[in-house]
Amino acid sequence: MYSRHTLLGSVWRHGIVLLLCVFSVFPALWIASASFNATNNMQLQQLIPPNPSLAHYRELFTSDRYQYATWLLNSLKISLLTSVFTVIMAGLGAYAFSRFRFKGRRVGLLGLLLIQMFPQMLAIVAIFLLILSLGDIFPWAGLNTHTGLLLVYLGGAMGFNTWLMKGYFDTIPRSLEESAKVDGATPFQAFYLIILPLARPILATIFVLSFITAYSELFIATILLRSNSQFTLAVGMNLLISNRYDNRWGMFAAGALIAAIPFLIVFIIAQRSLVSGLTRGSVKE
Amino acid sequence: MIWRYIAKHSLKILFLGVLCAVSVYVFVFLIAKGLYIPSVMSLIGAGFITYIFLSEKRYPIRWLIPGLLFLAVMVVYPIGYTLVSSFTNVGTGHMLSKDQAIDHLLDRSYTPDNAIAYTYTAFADTSGDLALILEGADQMILYVDGRATDIAWSDPRLVDEDSDGTTDRFGDYSRLTILQTVQRLSVIEDYRIEYKGTTIGLENLNEFRTRAPLYVYDEEAETMKDLQTGIVYTAREGIFTAPDGEEIYPGYKAGIGLRNFVKLVTNPQISGPFAKVFLWTFIYATLTVLLNFALGLFTAILLNDPFMRFRTIYRVLAMIPYALPAFITILVWRGMLNVHFGVINHMLVALFGSGAHIPWLQNAMWAKVSVLLVNLWLGYPYMMLISLGALQSIPASLYEAARVDGATWWQRFWKITLPLLLMPLAPLLIGAFAFNFNNFTLIYLLTEGGPAIAGASTPAGATDILISYTYNLAFAGEHGNQLGLAAAVSVMIFLIVATISAINFRMTGTLEELSKNV
Repeated sequence: MYSRHTLLGSVWRHGIVLLLCVFSVFPALWIASASFNATNNMQLQQLIPPNPSLAHYRELFTSDRYQYATWLLNSLKISLLTSVFTVIMAGLGAYAFSRFRFKGRRVGLLGLLLIQMFPQMLAIVAIFLLILSLGDIFPWAGLNTHTGLLLVYLGGAMGFNTWLMKGYFDTIPRSLEESAKVDGATPFQAFYLIILPLARPILATIFVLSFITAYSELFIATILLRSNSQFTLAVGMNLLISNRYDNRWGMFAAGALIAAIPFLIVFIIAQRSLVSGLTRGSVKE
Repeated sequence: MIWRYIAKHSLKILFLGVLCAVSVYVFVFLIAKGLYIPSVMSLIGAGFITYIFLSEKRYPIRWLIPGLLFLAVMVVYPIGYTLVSSFTNVGTGHMLSKDQAIDHLLDRSYTPDNAIAYTYTAFADTSGDLALILEGADQMILYVDGRATDIAWSDPRLVDEDSDGTTDRFGDYSRLTILQTVQRLSVIEDYRIEYKGTTIGLENLNEFRTRAPLYVYDEEAETMKDLQTGIVYTAREGIFTAPDGEEIYPGYKAGIGLRNFVKLVTNPQISGPFAKVFLWTFIYATLTVLLNFALGLFTAILLNDPFMRFRTIYRVLAMIPYALPAFITILVWRGMLNVHFGVINHMLVALFGSGAHIPWLQNAMWAKVSVLLVNLWLGYPYMMLISLGALQSIPASLYEAARVDGATWWQRFWKITLPLLLMPLAPLLIGAFAFNFNNFTLIYLLTEGGPAIAGASTPAGATDILISYTYNLAFAGEHGNQLGLAAAVSVMIFLIVATISAINFRMTGTLEELSKNV
């Protein structure tokens, strides 16, 4: 397919690739520069800030109008809890599907596959009404609560993740647990002490995918969360800028940069398993 | 024996006990609210879980319970509810059940011509609770703590402290001035005083009058008769309607068959914008996948070249859009595309003069271009990533053979690279299509669906896709929350997505492969 380049071939190839890289990198550079520019107005911004300052970062954490620090913590809390519970529940379900033979197993597996085809967001009207009435019974799990949002997120992720994890469990030889059972281990001990340590890669993958999905989820959060102090970053950042690029741009940029950090860290850590997971058919949201 | 069992399983029994107690609480609560189906479901659910945890035979199911529970409550039930709602008129003005709406209407009253008038005096205690003394032609009524009793001026609790002929106190309650009374009018006007079979309510600032129920309901004929005007309202599609078309709110939830779907197709004010949204959703999702894949593949071919120097660095740089949260970068793009302040227009004007001042997000055509451009930026790194993987799996010997046969670069691309690439990537491209079909984040943050389509009676914009249109119908409209109509659109999206998935399964044979493996 490829052959050594002529000089001209080299020049146009590097020219085009460089152009693409500028296309990719420019918005990120532009926002980073804005966060250090003294001006809050996008129009007056220069790519290299004439007198860089940290004023926007200070403003971000001291503003009494926008509770950025709270949003950041909310987002981290909800994403972490979603990931942890998703891994636990998917792990338990996948173990049963992978290791036990019981009535309804086949129907259950195919049912999961069919249900996960239905994007949860399409049932948003019903979810809204459900959480609304849940709040009448348990006020701590109704509209505008993190518990309510968490419950919805946990339901949405079950089908896909159980399948993914079951596929991995199937590749772990049964003989390991069987010898443990001969030694008197209960099924739960076999699961906890033998399967889970061996399944660490898939646990990490599902953890990361759930984290990234929950961290960037906007649709359901917009509908369920109502008050400023309950917002996640995705909802809050939209409110913060509210199309006021002429006088809140610097503050928004500082917030954007900090919000990108947890996402970026998780992405870099998981890059390898994520890429192989992606080529198996999942899509980034 | 039984005691040993209880001791051994004390935790489990405690857990099941709490579960059952909670489910009974939820059951009673839901029954009281008239939600019969969910209430029964909560009992059945708790019973099912208890059975699973007590039966040794059903041991494997115990492992599935946590996941199943969430799936049932947060996915399966909402799907069913959405389906049912799509055949009803639920929404603003139609949130109550029929019985609740009737009760609501039967509580309404009016002042008949032969009403008895009462003047009144208001008193308040230190905590702000009110007491009223009503004085009619024949009787005098005390209304306090929600109860009406007879009283006379001679009652010892009524005190005239300064002996000027007006009462200043009633027990611990002191008399309000006219100004203070007016300030409490919003509370007082809601009082419905039940006194000896009559209902008395505030008529105007100065007096109360006896009131009569406004409506009488005929259960047989399902009609509401207005006793004041004599008009008979008939229950029709979730609202009581007069012969001249006048409706009385609140209406109630009612099945209206396929009318939501019919409305989307035939009502000109709805179907026009809906058809535009529908069409744009397909055009946008198709174009975005094609564009992203074309650029991604092109980049991948360039960066897969072993003779290309710095290709690792280039790959990392090109990947950046994919490694940042979309909810941030879309908002950054919205700023960069801003017509007045945006850096893109600044650069264009600097390069091409002031004619290049483009209304990116204001003009319908340019807004569509913006959506595709921003999504290209967001999505091409993913396409590059999967293309790189697939390119490496194509055996080099094929290219050698083609070269020997004298094939040009272009022929090799069309005859070898693309067909061999599309095989493993087709399901991913279909997946990307399905994802973008419902990419609410992009549309909501970049354009909010705008600019608006003129003359639409449902909130729709030029870049609205079906999912953001659903959101507008259900949650953002100035026309109230049209939840039933929104559910109907959801059902239509689901049918489309299900069709796409079915094609995907068929093409890849996933289902056959999976059912062999389970």
